Parts: sequence; structure tokens; C-alpha cells
Amino acid sequence: MSSPKLLEVRNLRVEFPTRRGTLVAVDDVSLDISAGEVLGVVGESGAGKSMTGAAIIGLLEPPGRIAAGEIRLEGRRIDNLPYHEMRKIRGRQIGAIFQDPLTSLNPLYRVGDQLVETIQTHLPLNQAQARARAVKLLEDVGIPSASERINAYPHQFSGGMRQRVVIALALAAEPKLIIADEPTTALDVSIQAQIIQLLKRLCREHGTAVMLVTHDMGVIAETADRVAVMYAGRIAEIGPVQDVIKRPHHPYTVGLMGAIPAMGHKVERLTQIDGSMPRLNAIPKGCAFNPRCPKAFDKCFRDRPEPMPAGTSQAACWLVQEPAHV
Amino acid sequence: MMLPTARVIEFWRNASDSDIFWSFKRSKLVMLSALIVVVFFIGAFGAPWLAPHNPFDLASLELSDAFKPPFWVEGGEAKYILGTDDQGRDLLSTIMYGSRISLVVGFMSVVFAMTLGIGLGLVAGYLGGAADSLIMRIADVQLSFPAILIALLVDGVTRGILGEARHSDFAEAVLVVAIGLSYWVQYARTVRGSVLVEKNKEYVQAARVIGLSGPLIAIRHVLPNVLGPVLVIATINLALAIITEATLSFLGVGLPPTEPSLGTLIRIGNDFLFSGEWWITIFPGIVLAALVLSVNLLGDWLRDALNPKLR
Amino acid sequence: MIAFIIRRLVQAALVMLAVAFIAFAMFNFVGDPVAIMAGQDLPAEQRIELRKSLGLDDPTPVRFARFVGNAVQGKFGLSYRTAEPVGKMIVERLPATLELSVMAMIVALAVGIPMGVFSGLYPQHWLSRAMMTVSLIGISLPTFLIGILLILIFAVMLGWLPSFGRGDVIRIGGWSTGLLSVSGWKAIILPAITLGLFQMTLIMRLVRSEMLEVLRTDYIKFARARGLSNRAVHFGHALKNTLVPVITITGLQLGSIIAFAIITETVFSWPGVGLLFLQSVQAVDIPVMAAYLVAIGLLFVLINLIVDILYFVVDPRLRSQSAKAGAK
Repeated sequence: MSSPKLLEVRNLRVEFPTRRGTLVAVDDVSLDISAGEVLGVVGESGAGKSMTGAAIIGLLEPPGRIAAGEIRLEGRRIDNLPYHEMRKIRGRQIGAIFQDPLTSLNPLYRVGDQLVETIQTHLPLNQAQARARAVKLLEDVGIPSASERINAYPHQFSGGMRQRVVIALALAAEPKLIIADEPTTALDVSIQAQIIQLLKRLCREHGTAVMLVTHDMGVIAETADRVAVMYAGRIAEIGPVQDVIKRPHHPYTVGLMGAIPAMGHKVERLTQIDGSMPRLNAIPKGCAFNPRCPKAFDKCFRDRPEPMPAGTSQAACWLVQEPAHV
Repeated sequence: MMLPTARVIEFWRNASDSDIFWSFKRSKLVMLSALIVVVFFIGAFGAPWLAPHNPFDLASLELSDAFKPPFWVEGGEAKYILGTDDQGRDLLSTIMYGSRISLVVGFMSVVFAMTLGIGLGLVAGYLGGAADSLIMRIADVQLSFPAILIALLVDGVTRGILGEARHSDFAEAVLVVAIGLSYWVQYARTVRGSVLVEKNKEYVQAARVIGLSGPLIAIRHVLPNVLGPVLVIATINLALAIITEATLSFLGVGLPPTEPSLGTLIRIGNDFLFSGEWWITIFPGIVLAALVLSVNLLGDWLRDALNPKLR
Repeated sequence: MIAFIIRRLVQAALVMLAVAFIAFAMFNFVGDPVAIMAGQDLPAEQRIELRKSLGLDDPTPVRFARFVGNAVQGKFGLSYRTAEPVGKMIVERLPATLELSVMAMIVALAVGIPMGVFSGLYPQHWLSRAMMTVSLIGISLPTFLIGILLILIFAVMLGWLPSFGRGDVIRIGGWSTGLLSVSGWKAIILPAITLGLFQMTLIMRLVRSEMLEVLRTDYIKFARARGLSNRAVHFGHALKNTLVPVITITGLQLGSIIAFAIITETVFSWPGVGLLFLQSVQAVDIPVMAAYLVAIGLLFVLINLIVDILYFVVDPRLRSQSAKAGAK
């Protein structure tokens, strides 16, 4: 906690007003990312992980809005910036990679034009310099014969190649942080590992921090320095990745770990968590996990646990305070 | 089998709970449209009893009463609320009778187009093969020409076949055929599409196995499934058919001045626009516009309510 | 690309043949041309003579072939009504209709696209809501009513603009244009607005819904995430993708504008082919009706062809698809 934080999120709350009442998609989430660090964010779909990412980059889809909390980038508050100020941060300071490379690129523009446009938006380069940089970026992400492919249209690339282009676009203006929202989910399994490795290598080389949003615990284990486990819009547990994997404190994390097939171990069957995550309009009182928790006791149904120190991690679970119930 | 009355009650109970009813009550605009349409229907079909004068009773017409302005304009009389036309007919009564003609022609053309379209759609979808491609090619070609052009052609051709005198005797029937022939394609396409989908479903297969004949299956089992979308098309087409009839009558190839529809009235009034008798055109115009707008709004709403995906 | 165009050309030729057959059928099965041309009092022998000289007794396929042959050369015989050559009548009046239609389309695009873009970008703005309401009225009102309303306001009440005719017309070669005189420009304003209004509302609604659709796509979200300016996102990325379907609709609508010109030309006594066609329908002047049908059919087919090719130029995905298809 001593090194200066690149990104600080404090008590973030994201709400969606709907006809049938307000939904809280992200509730009281706090997390930090240091420079060059990879933070994994895991959780089921609807746990609020993508929303957290979208809130940080200032691209929540209306009517979604930040209802409370603060987001600071290098100490400067960015969640309340006007649109044109935030725009200068997007791409320049915080880049983004989305789930589906097939739809992230505009089909009517050559990839080179999309790169040059991004570079010239943020960096004081002329057309030729921007183009040279674009070729360099495409080479960096491993696109063969980049100087020719720069004139191709997105549909002329395969899915994996397109995601490489997307990564090149995200890195085009050397941002300090990249929010990668399920960057490999839409890809073929055989390509997923390549893309993750590429992302990891490039970010290490450029000293870029990554917020890696995924539901794949395996990817996190391999890539992240720290991990935040989200459940029903809240952080269940956050800490160094090895500690969380080896010594999970929150019963939900325990369940998640049980669902990863461990290499080299002969496991008869993977454990699974019974039930499903509550809908956002029906989050139970107390701990949101209480209906599925095998160890829930009376306090869990009454009071909501805040994240509290548990070893090197923090976990939002009353068991941390009252180990008697374990 | 439920009794018919029980079914009606059940239908209304379901309907009043449903989203359709809810969305109906929610939108003031839709309710206003429905109100206009209802008032219009009452005015049009109640014309013989409600209209202050009978514009077709030639004995009661006085040429000295021609071109009377509406009663609130100087020279107007309370007897003729909206004034009179060039032959001294009371404009309000003529509009009421004219609306009836417009509505009847509109309805009949929709029914004609619907019958033709559903029939051809069922045949195309059920038989497939050469019949299907022939019907659908014709539909494609026709769809690339605007309906008004087709209607004008049909009108010209029937005029040629029937001769001028008999053509005006059959003016309404000719209009129905002309308009109907220009709007059948959409029904045929919708029905054919549904038939192709339904044809391979198990209940149709089962009906075939127990030995029902093809046409019977098509009518008994497939048809009920396509009625929803067909009704939506029909509502929107009603507005189009009324516009087309009015346009044809305005162009002088529709209903004759002795039997004026709204379009004919506007045509008559158009000749007197420059001499200051604006009311002969404007009042039928307003009625036509309000009617078409209301039917369109109702059609839009019905489409959205029946198919939330289209929203 | 070439294979694609050839395929389209063949389809176009087939459609034209079908249209020609309908025109031919009208000629042959509606009314008796001899009776119409010669009147009722012609003696029977001369009647038979005339039938022979017109070739009416030949077998149907022969007559159809002859009809198509003549039609290709623009020969549709003489008008029953005015006894002028039909081809010449149409050619003389075509410029008026084409000028009116193109002006109407320009009005529709120039007003419809910006309105659609605005209401797509700011769907909640009061101006967008107002535009949507007005456009519903524009779609619902019959064309002739709009024309009459415009005449009432701008010609009768205000007296600013003429309500009929083309104004002064200048002939350049075979083309007569009204766009080179002040009175010509004044005369075209009201008809062009009347004719264009429906298309304008259509284009506005289309652009709006396409814009809303495109703005929801991932590549727009990603373009924002790259920090592009609003202008680049809206007018570069979103608008270009919006315009692909607009091109198709515009092309197809140009065809129906020319056909809808019948109504506008009647309201404004505009001396174009539409008015000619209407007069022919009223007088059962079959040769003119047939010629008009063929001419409009040809225009439609040509426009469709051009739209297909344009589509091809705008959308790179189609280009590569057909390249693949061609390679097979």
C-alpha cells in the first residue's frame, strides 16, 4: 500500500434507473491498481465487473450512472470530468479492449486508418509519422507483413488477428492503464492463450497496468498479480493472486477455486456452487451470498459484511471475524 | 369446447390483463386516435340518420345555396354549418356520406387484397416449386412499382374494357379491384413465409399423417398462425387504401362527383381554391388527414404491442 | 464484380420483358384499336384492310416480337388522343418530370439526412421529438393534400410563388430546362417540396433508426474508448455506416418519386410525363399508357442496377464476398 497508486476506486456505486425501480449494478466497490500491475477481476456474468470497467473509462451506457464514490487516476479525480476532458484521457491514459474483436472494428474503415486516427487524436504526429507508428504497432502485436496489411479492411482478418489489431489500437497512444473486458471470450480456445500472452508481454514491455475482466479463473491465475472476486455488484475478496487461490477466505472464492481443474491432480469431479447469483433487483438482506453459502450463520442474514483484512487479502465475510463458525 | 359467450368473456379478461391493454391505456395519443376513428365510424355509417341534409336528394338542392361559407364566416348560414359546395350541397352532410364511401371502398380493397394475398401466399408456400417461384417473381416485380401506378393502370385498363359509361356505374368496384391488386404482395409474402415455417412443424406433419388433405391443413392449421401479422398489415393498409382511393378520386379517375368520396370533394374544391371558396377543399382535407393519421397511429401501436421485438 | 453485373443485367432484361409483355397485352386485349382510331362508321372492308395493315391478324408471338422490336427503337405508335407519335410525346415531357424528381430528391436528402442525424444523436431532445411528430404527419398526409395546402398558403394567401406550370423554359438540344430562369426556379419550389416531403420523412426516419442502431454497436463504443472526438465518432464512424442503407433507399425511392410525380404534376399542372399518363388513363389512350409503363420500368431497372453497383463501392465486405464467389 506504500507505492503511489495509478488508479484508485473508492466506494463506487453504479445505478440503473428502470421502469421497475433502480438497479444497483456496482455497490460500494473499492480497488487500487499500481503502475504496471495486472489486476484480475473475476465473477459470474452480471456480477458488475464489466460495469466497474465501463465506469472507470467513463463509458457507462445510459441510463446507467455513477451514483456515488470516486475514481482517481494518479491522484486526479476523473469520474466527474466533463465529456471533452474525459475524452482526452480515454485512449491516452486509459485504453480499452472489448470482448468481441469481430464487432470492435468499424467494418467500413481500413485498419490503418483507424490506427492513424487514434494516434493523431492523442499524439502530435503528422500523417507519415502516424502511419509509421501504426505499422510498428501492428508488427508489435504480431501481424505478419504489417506494412501491407495496414491497408486491409477488418473483415479480411481472422478473429485472432482482429483482436491483435484491437490491442494495437488500445496501445496506440501508450496509455498507462488498459481495461481489458473479456478480451478472449469470443475467440477460439486455441487462440485465447496466444492473445493473453501477447497482452501480458506488451504490457510488461510498455509498463502498462491492466485491469483484466474475465470469468476465467485460469487466465487470472496465469496472468494477474492481484485478483478481485466480485459477486452481485460487490467485491467478495481481493488480494495477491497466489494467496487468494491457495488460501481463499470467502466461501464464494472457495467455491470458485473448486471449479478450476488443477493440473497434475487427479480430481474425481469438480465441485460447484449450488444455486445461482441473485438478480440485481432481488439481492437479499445481509450478505448477498447468504442463500448459497454453505457456512452462513445468523449474522450473515442480518448485516452486510464490508471487506476486512484476512491475511494478505481482504474478504467481505463475517467468518473472517468469527472463525468459530468455520 | 367452450361456449362462444364464455370464450368472449375469457378473451376480454385476458385482454384487459395483457400488455396490449396496458400500453393502450398508457398512450393518450393512441386513445385519442381510437376516439377519432370511432367518431368517424359513427359519423360515416350513421350519415343517413345523423347528417343534417341528404346531399343525394336532388329535389332538396337549391343552386342559389351554392358556395355558402361556414356559418361563422360572413354570409354563412346556421343551416349549413360548414358551408355548401358548388352545387349547393351541405358540406358537412356530404363529408359524412363521402366518408362512408371512402371507408367502404377502403375496407373492401383491404379485404380483397388480403384474400388474394393470403390465397396466393398459401398456394406459393404450400405447393412450392414452379407455382411458388412464379407467384413470388410477380410479387417482386410488382413491389418495385408504386401502388398508385398499378392502381392507375388497372383503372385505365378496366376503363378501356368497360367503356366510359359503364365504368362510372362500376366505379366503386373498379376502385376496390385496382387498390386491392396493388396491395396484395405484402400479405402473400408474410403468409408464404409463415407457411414455410409452419409446414415442417410436427403438428402439420401429424395432420398429414392422419390423412388430412393439403388445402385443409393449410386452412385449418396454418392460417390461424399467420392471422396476427396479417391483421397488423391490414390496419396499416387500411390507411394506405383510404389514401389511395382519395388520391385516385382526386386525380379524377376514382369516384364521380355525383357520388363523391373525400378525395372527390377535395378535387371539386381545388377548382375553387383561387376564387376564395377554401372550405370545400379544407374541411374534407382535414377529415381525411385526421382519419389517416389516427389509423396510422393505431396501426403503429398495434404492431408494437403485438410484437415487442420490432420496437 | 463483372459476373455480378452480368447476373444483374440478365435479371433486369427479364423484368423488362415482363413489363413489355404487360404493355403488349394492354395494347392487344383492351379495346379495339381499329374502332378507336377510325371511329365507328368505317365500312367493314376498310376495317379489315386496316387490321391487316396494322398487323393485328398475325399470331400473338409474332406480334409480341414486333412490339418489343418497336419498343426498343422507342416506337409505340400514335396516341389515340392526339394522334402524335407516342415516343416523341414522352421524350418531350420527360425533362420536366426528371428535373422535378431530382429536385425533390435533393430537397428530401438535404433536409432529411441532417434531421435524421440530429434526432438519432439526441433522441431525447425536444427538437427530435417535434421532428418525429411532424414526420408522422408527413408520412400520413396524402401528397395531393400537402400540395393543396402549400398552394393555399404560398400562392393564394401570400402570393409569393406560382401554383402551376414550369415558368420560362429554355431549350438546350433536346432537353428543355426550367432551371435557367428565375420564374423556372420559383415554379419548381412548391412542387419539389410537395413531392419530396414524403421521401424526406422516410429518409429522416431511416437515418434516425440506423443512427440509433449504429451508435449502439461495439465499434462505436470502441471508437469512444479510443478517445476520438465526438465529431469523429458521430460524423466519421457512425454516419458512414448509417449511409449504406440510405443509399439503397434513396435509389429505390427515386424510382417511386418519378411515379409519384403523377400526383404532384396534376396538382401543380406540371407539364411532365406523369400528367401525360394521367390524361391518357382518363382517355384510355393505350399507346401512351403502354409507353409510360415501359419507360418507367426501364428507369426503375436502371436505378436498381446503379444502386447495386454503388452499394458495392461503399461496402468493402461485399467486394470481397463477390471476389471470393468469382474465384470459385
